[in-house]
This record gives sequence, C-alpha cells and structure tokens, in this order.
Amino acid sequence: MFGLFKKFKEGLAKTVAAITAKTHSLFGGRKIDASSLEELEEALITADFGVETTTEILSEIKAAYRKDPLLAGKQAAEIGAAVLTRVLAGSAGTPALCKRPDGTPAVIVMIGVNGSGKTTTTAKLAWALQEEGKSVLVAACDTFRAAAVEQLKAWAERLKLDVVASHTGADAAAVAYDALQAGKSRGKDVVIIDTAGRLHTKTNLMEELAKIRRVLQKIDPAAPHYAWLVVDGSLGSNSIEQARVFHQSFGLTGLVVTKLDGTSRGGAVVGIWRSLKIPIHYVGLGEQKEDLQPFDPEAYSRAVFGLE
Amino acid sequence: MFDSLTEKLSSALRNLRGVGQLSEANMEIALQEVRTALLSADVHFRVTREFIERVKAKAVGQEVLKGVNPGQQIVKIINDELVSLLGEGTNTLSGSRPLKILMVGLHGSGKTTSTAKLGRLLKKKGFAKPFAVACDIYRPAAIDQLEILSKQEDLGFYADRVSRDVPAIGAAGLAAAQTAGADLILFDTAGRLQIDADLIEEVKKLSARVQPDEIILVADGALGQEAVNVAKAFHDALKLTGLILTKLDGDARGGAALSIKSITGVPIKFVGTGEKTADFDVFYPDRLASRILGMGDVVSLVEKAAEVIDQKEAEKLAEKMKKADFTLEDFLAQMQQIKKLGSLGGIMGMMPGMSGMKIDEDAAETGMKRTEAIILSMTYQERRKPAVLNGSRRLRIANGAGVKVVEVNQLLKQFQQMQEMMKMMRGGGGKKMMRQMEQMQRQGKIPGR
Repeated sequence: MFGLFKKFKEGLAKTVAAITAKTHSLFGGRKIDASSLEELEEALITADFGVETTTEILSEIKAAYRKDPLLAGKQAAEIGAAVLTRVLAGSAGTPALCKRPDGTPAVIVMIGVNGSGKTTTTAKLAWALQEEGKSVLVAACDTFRAAAVEQLKAWAERLKLDVVASHTGADAAAVAYDALQAGKSRGKDVVIIDTAGRLHTKTNLMEELAKIRRVLQKIDPAAPHYAWLVVDGSLGSNSIEQARVFHQSFGLTGLVVTKLDGTSRGGAVVGIWRSLKIPIHYVGLGEQKEDLQPFDPEAYSRAVFGLE
Repeated sequence: MFDSLTEKLSSALRNLRGVGQLSEANMEIALQEVRTALLSADVHFRVTREFIERVKAKAVGQEVLKGVNPGQQIVKIINDELVSLLGEGTNTLSGSRPLKILMVGLHGSGKTTSTAKLGRLLKKKGFAKPFAVACDIYRPAAIDQLEILSKQEDLGFYADRVSRDVPAIGAAGLAAAQTAGADLILFDTAGRLQIDADLIEEVKKLSARVQPDEIILVADGALGQEAVNVAKAFHDALKLTGLILTKLDGDARGGAALSIKSITGVPIKFVGTGEKTADFDVFYPDRLASRILGMGDVVSLVEKAAEVIDQKEAEKLAEKMKKADFTLEDFLAQMQQIKKLGSLGGIMGMMPGMSGMKIDEDAAETGMKRTEAIILSMTYQERRKPAVLNGSRRLRIANGAGVKVVEVNQLLKQFQQMQEMMKMMRGGGGKKMMRQMEQMQRQGKIPGR
C-alpha cells in the first residue's frame, strides 16, 4: 500500500510543481493580504475546482486570517489543504470485488464520454486485479467506434487478459450477455465491461446502456454490481454535468479519473464529489499498465497546496 | 452552480433594469456575475479577467439607448466582443497543393475521428484525392481505426505496422501519397501530453520531415482551465495554424475555445458535432458567441433542417398546408422529419429564448412516440378521412396503439384545431420563410476553397 502511495505522489509531482510555482510566493512565510488571496483564488480556479469550492476554501482561509492577522502564508496552505481534505472526506476507497454467493462474477460497467479513456482504464484495471490474484474477464462492448474492439484485444494480448469480443457493429448488449455468461461458467471473480463512448446528451445512446443493464439482469438481477464513470481529468465543469446525467440515467457507483499525469489537476472531480457524492476509486497517472492508482484525498489535497 | 452560461448571463443582466447610463458602479454586480458565469463555463481565469476589462472599457459611459434595456445593451457589447475575439484571424486553409495537414493533440481529443471527418469534408469541397497517413504507433489499434475510417470515406491510406520511427513513417507516407497523386495529405498522430518532452520532440521531427502546410490542434470542447497550457505548449513547439474543437454536440459551453483563442491567437477552423463522419463543420464565431449568450443558434438549426429534411417532401407538405388538405398521414411524415433533426432538447437549445426553458424532454419524446403509434394503428382510409372514426374504430386504434381512447380523442381534436389554423393561414408567409432559408444556406459557404 505504501508503494502505491508513493506512486500516487510521483504521478502528481508535475501537478504539484505547477501549482507550487503559482503559490510559492504565497506560502513562503509572507503574511496574507488581498493580493495573495487573489493568487490563491487563481490557483484554485485554474485547477478546475469551480467557483463554489474555491469560494468555500477561500472563505475558511479568510476567517482564520481575521482571527489572527499575523497568520503566515504557510498556515494558510495548511488550512486550504485541511478544508479540501474535509470536502473530500469519504470520497476514497475501492470496493472489494468478489464473486456473488451463487458464483456470478462481480460485474463492472465502464461508461463515459468519448475519449475519456475507458478502454485503457479497463485494461489497466483488469491487470491490477489480476496482480491481486483475482481472475478477470474483459468484454469489448464498444462495438461502435472503428477498431475499439481491436484496441481492447491488443491490450488483452499484451497483458494476458481473458477477453470476450465480437465485431464492430455487433449488438453491445449481446456481447455483454455473452461475457457475463462466459465469466460465470469460467468461474471468474470479476467481469469488466468496456462500453462505447457516448456524450451524455444523446438520449438514444443512453438507452443502449439501459439495454446492457436489462440484458445482464437476465443472468443476475443485481447486475451490473458496479457502474463506474471514467472522467477525463483535463476537462472542466462539464464533467460535473456528465456525471449528473450518467448518474441519473444509469446510477453510478464510482468514478475513475484519467489523465492526471499532465498538468491538469482534475479539480472538477471535487465538484462531482460535492454534488453527487460518488466515490473516486482510482486515478489514471500515466500510459503504463501500472499507472492506475487508488485515490488518496489527503495526498491530493496536500499536493494541490504544495505541501509535503 | 452549473447552470449554463446563458442562464447565468440572463439572470445577471436582469438586475440592470431602469438605469440611464452605464457606469462602473451600476455594472459591477452584473459584471461580477458575468465573471462567475465565464469561469463556470471553463473560460480561463486570466482570459476572463481581460475579457471583463474589455467589456467594461467599452461600456462605461455609454448612454442607455431608447427602447433598449441596459441588460440588452451589455449583451450586445459582450456579444460583439466575443464574436471579434473568436473570429480574429483567418479560418481558411492554405492554398498549397498537395495540402499537407498535421493533426496533433492530447489523448482522446478526437484526432483520428477528426482526420477522417476533415478528409470527408474537404473531399466534398473539391479535393479529388485525399490521403491519410497513420502516425500513431502507440495506442493499440489506432492504425486499424484510421484504416477502417479511410476505407469508409474512400481516402487513400498509408501505414507501417513494423517501424517505430515516426518521422520516417511520415516521410514514407508522404512519398506514398505523392505517388498516388494525392492533393490532400492528412497526418494523424498519437495523443501526447504537452509536457512529455520526448513525444513533443518526436512530433517536431515528424513536422520537420513532412513540412506540413497546416498544423492543427484537435481539442476537446469540454476542456477545462488546462486548455490554455495545452494550446500554448503545442503552439510554442509546433507553430500551430489552426484549431479543431471537438464534441460540441455535448452541452459544454466551449469556454475553452475562448481561452485558447485569446492566449495563442490561433484561429478556430472546424468543429466536430457528432459521432458520424458527416458531423463536422466549419467554425462560425458568431454562432458560438450567440450560443454562449443564449441568443440561440438559428442558423445551425435552419441548416440542419435543410440537410436532413427532404426538400421535395417539405414542399409537398407546404403545398398541402396551404390548401389545408393536410391529413394525419402528412402529420405523421412531418413528425418523422422533426425526429431526424435530433433530440427535442437539442432543437430547443438552438431556438432563441428557448435555451433557458426547461422542458421535460423525455415526456415530450414519449408523447411523440404515442402519437406516432396512434396514427400507425389507423388504416390508410382513416388517416386520410378522420371523419369516419366512430367509437368502435377509436377503441380498436387505442387498443392497437396501447393507449386509452381519451388519448386518441385528444389527438383528433388537436389535429382538427391544426387544420382550422391552416385554413386561416392560407396563402400566408410560407414563401418568405423559404427564401430566408436559402439565403442563410448560401452564406454558409465553406472557406478555404
């Protein structure tokens, strides 16, 4: 677990570098004044925290400052990190994925908008679970995008994953059904279903997701047991809208935030957590198979404010 | 918190009624709201600040015009500023032949799809032999994806599935395209982080080898504050000539576009608006600005209508409406055409004054489906002459459509009212509307050719 924690920190290193560059003058021991508060606001807004979360953190810092005008900048950063950690309390944790009592594998459906990183995340997650000693099957249910099936198959070959796939244009729900059936008869612990990217505004495509659910429920009325939204960490406030709509129509149980290895700070996820309370299971910190890591709110919060 | 920019602006400007002259003081609250709105729409922090300053400078001291409320006047100023900012620079493509275009961007921004879409669009606009070169050797099956799309759109295609030398692949692709007599050569590259020094170096080398006429950054329309850093780094490394904004069929307000444009000055050239390769269009600054400001996107709606609605069918319908011999069959056809325009919510979003309105889209769509089912449960004779519909026929139809008889009666009543309205409008302004539609279509000519 400590190894993972280290990896999480490493991945966020660039993020930290970017934000400390902005906040360095602020937290270097100088006292807080109007201009340093504005710098702090800029740092938070440009991390995609959104106006509401930013305002909340700022007002806490201001309140502490009013009580003690000599409050040094370093303490403000601690306050900021504490506020953010508190906002994110309860957001972390990964579910224990195991077989149902009747032998049905735990089913995770990966959903999200186009290009958020569902296929890559499916592969990385399957690999991580296999490393934990679980047996996993992945299902290539993105039958819409050209070569999406081949993409998952290539990953499966590279990482030695068991895969159920059909061809582009096939009925996604049928592939999902086959996969769960195969997973059950092969005694798998987990079946991960990769789906096609869809914008949350497309009613007909949301309908396809509902169909996948209906079909899976023929095998297990409780399936899919998990529905994870894959969110691109470099997107802004629209991720919150995405999460809201996917949650409304499909019922999300968790989030995976991808592409946090860039300079993006993925602050919009904080907005998702605040408004929907959907836990953040994993973050994607790179292109390698091991770059999917459990989310750590405290490390994240402290990183955001440039604290070790 | 997450209302659209449109709604935010409307509510901010409502506070500005009954003011004689715009001043810093009376605009302050409104501009504060505008700031929040822009930030919530993902416009970059600094860009927002500059933009507000520009608007303030323009507005302060202006007399409020007669017949206009101060809110409308500010909207006009903001709109003009937005249009000029978004539209600065040329959105035409280089005139070189063959035209070489290098597509770059982050992971998952839509480069491969946009490559195929651009090839298709330019082919329609007169390029005889477009050609795609696959330079993404990293993402599994990326080459397959481009190959399938190229085949589908009838573009020439080159890939090397063995080599790991991207600049050399690009050069070989260029040679292959030239041999094939291509007049348009598109280079699709791998997604890369702007801070990944090795991969940025690689694409710089590729660019040096193939000497593109256009280097286009493909960016997700929902990008957050990071859009600025991404665009700036790519621009510094490669000297971008244009931008493609993707996934605009979602409900992101596209604040990233404003950020990228004002920080780099790189013109926005095209937009991706859907899953199909045909869902791709030239960028119109006024449309994006109007959409942001909630003035609707009538032009897009009209064009979309012109595209999907069968012209002959529409004329036939218009003729029938004029003569008021519009039957339930025609009503059904009309409904089916509306459905082709997309979701009702999408259509409403494009209409002026409607974007703030909340409709229960699902209920409306279900309503349409039920109406369709009712009409489809009628015989042809019944559709043409609803007068024959007695009680037992209505019961049969209700059973067939799975609805209550009351619903059948309601539909017939509505239909009757419609017919009466048409009789009243007989000879009305139908022609004028057609002319306007044609005019707008003519203005929508693609630049770059």
